[in-house]
Amino acid sequence: MIPATFDYVEAESADAALAALAQHGDEAKLMAGGHSLIPLMRFRLATPGVIVDIGRLSDLSYINDGGDHIAIGALTRHMAVETSDLLTTEVPLLAHVASQVGDPSVRHRGTIGGSIAHGDPASDLPAALLALQGSVVVKGPGGERVIPAGELFTGFLETAVGPDEMITEVRVPKVPGAGWSYQKFNRRAQDWAIVGCAAVANGSTTVSLVNMGPTPILASAVNDALASGADVDAASAVAAQGTEPPEDLNGDVEYRTALAQVLVKRALTEASGG
Amino acid sequence: MTVMGTPRLRKEDPKLLTGEGKYVDDLQVPGQLWMGMVRSPMAHARINGIDTSAAEAADGVHAVYTGAQLNDMGLWAAPLPCAWPVTPDMVNPPHYPAATDEVHHVGEIVAVVLADSRYGAADAAELVDVDYEPLPAVASIEAARDGSATAHSDLESNKAYHWPLIPDPDALEAAFANATHTVKAEFVQQRLIPSAMEPRGVLAIPSPAGGDLTLYSATQVPHILKVMIAATTGLPEGKLRIVAPAVGGGFGAKLNINPDEILAATLANKLSRPVRWTESRSEAAFSTHQGRGQIQTIELAADADGKLLGCRVHLDADMGAYMMLITPGVPLLGSFLYTGVYAVPAFGFTCDGYFTNLTPTDAYRGAGRPEASYAIERAMDLLAGEVGVGPDEIRRRNYLGGGEHFENLETPATLVFDSGNYGPNLDAALEMAGYADLRAEQQARRDAGSSTQLGIGLCTYVEICGLAPSRALGGLNYGAGGWEHAVVRFLPTGKVEVVSGSTPHGQGHETSWSMIVADKLGVDPDDVTVLHSDTAISPLGLDTYGSRSLAVGGVAIAMACDKVIDKAKEIAAHQLEANPDDLEFDAGSFTVKGSPDKTMPIQSVAFGAFTAHDLPDDMEPNLQEQVTFDPPNFAFPFGTHVAVVEVDEETGRVDLIDYIAIDDCGNQVNPLIVEGQVHGGIVQGVAQALWEGAAYDEDGNCKNPSFLDYLVPSPTEVPSMKLGFTTTPSTSNPLGVKGVGEAGTIGSAAAVINAVCDALSPHGIKDLPMPATPAVVWKAIQSSKNGGQS
Repeated sequence: MIPATFDYVEAESADAALAALAQHGDEAKLMAGGHSLIPLMRFRLATPGVIVDIGRLSDLSYINDGGDHIAIGALTRHMAVETSDLLTTEVPLLAHVASQVGDPSVRHRGTIGGSIAHGDPASDLPAALLALQGSVVVKGPGGERVIPAGELFTGFLETAVGPDEMITEVRVPKVPGAGWSYQKFNRRAQDWAIVGCAAVANGSTTVSLVNMGPTPILASAVNDALASGADVDAASAVAAQGTEPPEDLNGDVEYRTALAQVLVKRALTEASGG
Repeated sequence: MTVMGTPRLRKEDPKLLTGEGKYVDDLQVPGQLWMGMVRSPMAHARINGIDTSAAEAADGVHAVYTGAQLNDMGLWAAPLPCAWPVTPDMVNPPHYPAATDEVHHVGEIVAVVLADSRYGAADAAELVDVDYEPLPAVASIEAARDGSATAHSDLESNKAYHWPLIPDPDALEAAFANATHTVKAEFVQQRLIPSAMEPRGVLAIPSPAGGDLTLYSATQVPHILKVMIAATTGLPEGKLRIVAPAVGGGFGAKLNINPDEILAATLANKLSRPVRWTESRSEAAFSTHQGRGQIQTIELAADADGKLLGCRVHLDADMGAYMMLITPGVPLLGSFLYTGVYAVPAFGFTCDGYFTNLTPTDAYRGAGRPEASYAIERAMDLLAGEVGVGPDEIRRRNYLGGGEHFENLETPATLVFDSGNYGPNLDAALEMAGYADLRAEQQARRDAGSSTQLGIGLCTYVEICGLAPSRALGGLNYGAGGWEHAVVRFLPTGKVEVVSGSTPHGQGHETSWSMIVADKLGVDPDDVTVLHSDTAISPLGLDTYGSRSLAVGGVAIAMACDKVIDKAKEIAAHQLEANPDDLEFDAGSFTVKGSPDKTMPIQSVAFGAFTAHDLPDDMEPNLQEQVTFDPPNFAFPFGTHVAVVEVDEETGRVDLIDYIAIDDCGNQVNPLIVEGQVHGGIVQGVAQALWEGAAYDEDGNCKNPSFLDYLVPSPTEVPSMKLGFTTTPSTSNPLGVKGVGEAGTIGSAAAVINAVCDALSPHGIKDLPMPATPAVVWKAIQSSKNGGQS
C-alpha cells in the first residue's frame, strides 16, 4: 500500500491543469477526489510520474439550471449531487445514483467528473449518464467540445477524452416527470455493483448496464426490444445479449447474465410505475 | 458486590479515541531503519539466485540481505518455534525468518532491505531481482491429500500428523450399528484472513553498550514472545524487554512468533540501530497467519426418537507451509467440542494435518471451536430433518443434563463441563426471537409463493474458555502452562496498583480489572491503576488468547485482593488491639464486630504498612500480594443464537434481517464489555458464513488479498442484534466467570447457514458452502430446479 515516487502539482485553474498536462504528457495524471486513482497507485498498478491535483478547483463545483438540461461542474462531489434540490426535482435518477456510490466518506471526496473520466464499467454514475443520454464538456488545447455519453466510453478504463484534455462539466437533460429506476446489486452497501441497471422512461425507455462489459454500456438489446414494442418480460429476457460480462469471485457469466435479466426486469417495472 | 455486574464505560477509551494511545507505528526513534520485505510471488519455487545490487545502490538504503546471507550471519540459534508438537512423530520442516533455497508460500520473505524511510524500503525491495524456478504448488487440502506434488520438495508426503481421540472404539462402532437414523456430512471451513484494525508492526531498539534489547510489537503475547525470541536468537532472556503498547485487535493473528519480529530483533543488534517494520494491508494477507482451513466429515448415529447414540468426526486440516506457534494444535482445540451440548454415549475424532503451499494457518477467533460448533450444529439440523422433528426439538431431546442445571458433568469427549443449563437458555432465545411467529410467517410466504423466502436458524453452542489447567495442556503436549499472574498493591496514598500478566489488545482489561479490585477492596474503580503489557513491569504472564483473561487473569487478581485483605486484617487487628477473627471487612473498612466505633479504612492500614512503624512482629512492610492462578478446570460458556434471513430466490441474495443471541458466560464483570464482545464476535462468524474467505487459484495465488475483494462486513450489512443472557456460574473459579471473547463467533456461522438452508428447504437444499454468496445460493437454487443435487 505504498505508492511509487511521484511529483505533485496543485493546479490553480483548469487552464493551469491543462498546461501541466501539456508539459508532462503521458507522465501526468489528473486527480480530482482521488478515490479511483489513489488505490491504483497504492497497489502500484498505476505509477504516474506527475499528479496534477485539480481537487481544489472550486469554480468547477456547481449544479446549474441550463434550461433544457442541468449542468454539473466536474469537481462537484457526489454528496452535493445526492442532496441537490434541483437534481432531485429535475433529474431524480442522478441524485439517487450519486447516493449509491461507495460510502459517505467516498461521497464527500469523490467527484462526478472523476468518476466518469475513470470510465469504470462497475461504477454507478457512468451508467446513469448513459441512461439519461447526457454528455460531458471537455476542455483541451483546442478549446471546448461536447462528447455525448454514448460516444464517451471507448475501452476498459479508456474514454474519448484526450490525454491533453479534461472534463469540465457534465450535462444531463431535465426529465422531471420521467419514470426511472436504478438497481444496484452488490454484497456490501459500499461495494461496486456486481451488476447494476439504470432505466429512464420518458416517452421512450433507455436502459444501461453496470459491470456487464469492459465499459459502461447501454443495454442495446433491451432498448431495441422495447422500441419494437416488447413487454417487460420479453425485453428483460435479452438483457445480457451483446454484453461481455466479466468473471470474478462475485459471479461468472451465467450468474451475471441471470442477474442482468432480473435487474432489468425490476428496473423496467419500477420505471413504468409498476 | 456493587461495581461488578454493572455496565461501565471503558477507562481506556479517552486515550484511544483522542490519539493519545500510541501504537507501535506511532513510536518514532532517532536513527531507525525501516525493513522492506522482498516476498516471494510464487507459492513453491527454487531460488536460483538473487541480485541485490540495484537495491543496494538505491538512495537511503543501508543494507540488503538475502535469506542465505542472513543464515550465514549466524543471527539465529533455532528455527521459528512451534510450541505444540501434537504427536511425537509430527513433521515440522525448519522455518527460518527468510527462505534460503526454496520458497513455500506466496509472501514468504526471501530478502530484507534496510533503508532510512518506509517508502525507500518499499522502493528498494522492488529492485531486488530474484531468479525463481517454479515447482509444483500444493494449493488446497485436496491437492495435499492427493500428494502427487509435495509442498516441501524434500518431504515425501504432505501429511504432518495423525491425531486420534477415540475413547471407546467398540462402543462407537456399536452405536452406528444400532442406529435407526444416521447422517453424514462434509463441511469446508474456508480460510479466513484475520483483519485487525491495526496491522502488525515491530520496532526493535538495541542498546549496543549495555547489550540489552527492547522490542515493541503489536502482539497479544509479549511474555511468550520474550521466551521465544531468547530461544530462537540466543539473545539472553534477561537482556530482553518486550512491550506491547496500544494494540488494535488481534483475534489470534497477533499471538505468533513472526519472521519480522526475529529479523527486527537480530538486525537491530547486528547493526546497532533501531529497526522497524509496519505491515501494509497488501502484505497482511501473506505475512500474517490465517484462520480455519479444514475439511470436516461428521457422522451422527441416533435412535428412532433422534436421541444421539454416537458421533464420529474426521478432519483434514490445512497447516499451510509451516508449523507456526500453535498451528498443529488449533484443530485439536475443537476436538473436544464436536459433541456440543449433547449427551452422546460414544465419540470418536481423528485429525490429519497437511502441509500446503499457502500462508500458514494458526489461531483465529475461536481457534478450533467455531469449526466444531459449526459441524455439530449443522449436523443436528440434518438429523432433525431425518427424524422429522424441528431443530429446537432435536436439540432438547439431546441436551446434556436433560436440559436442566448441572455442575461438573463428564462428557463423552473426556472433558468435565463446569456447569450448564441449556433448556432455559434455548427457551429464552426462542421467546425473544418470537420463534412461533417466525415459523408462521415462513409458512405464509411459502404458501403465497413468495420469491423472498424466510429462514430461521438455531445454534446452541458450547465452548472452552479459561485456557488452561497446566496439567491438561501438558497432556496435550503443549509447550507451556496455562496459569496467570497478578500483583495487587496499595500505594502509600491509598490508591491501588495492579500488575497483570494478561495482555489486552482491545478487550478493556484496565476497566474490568479495576472493577474486580473495586469490589474486593472497597475502593473506587478510578483509584485503581492497571499495569500490563511490558515485561519489565509485568515480568510474569501468559498473555491473552482463548478467552482466558477473566477466567484466569481476572481470578488471579481477585485472589491477590483476598490475600491483601488477609494481611491488612492482621495489621488492622494489631492496631485496633483486637483479634483478627473479630474483624469484619466491608466497603473498604475493618470494623471490630459489635464495636462500630472501632474501625479502620483499608487505606489507613495501607499507609501503616508503608511506614511500618507499628506492624505485628515479623510482618513485612507494605501491602502487596501476588498470586499465580492455575485453574483446576476449563470454563464452558454456552448459548443459543437465532439467525433470521431473507433469501431472494431470483438473485440468491441473503439478507440477515434479525439476530438473537442468548449467551451464558457465567457471572459478568462489565455487561457493557460483554455486549461489545458478543456483537463483534457475532459479526465475525456471520462474516465467515456470508462474506469472507481467502480464495486461491491452483498455483497458490490468493485471488482476494485486499479489502477490495476480501469482504469484511460493515455495520450496514448487520442488523441491530438482540442480546440477552442467562447466568450459570462456573465452578472452575471463585468468581464464577467463564469468558466471552470468542462466543459470538462460535455461535453465529452455524446459525446463519442453518437459517439459509432452512429458507431453501422447499427446494431440497440441505447444505451450502461458506461463504454463501449470492452466486453460490443462486446456483444451488438453479441446480435444484434442474433436478440436480445442491
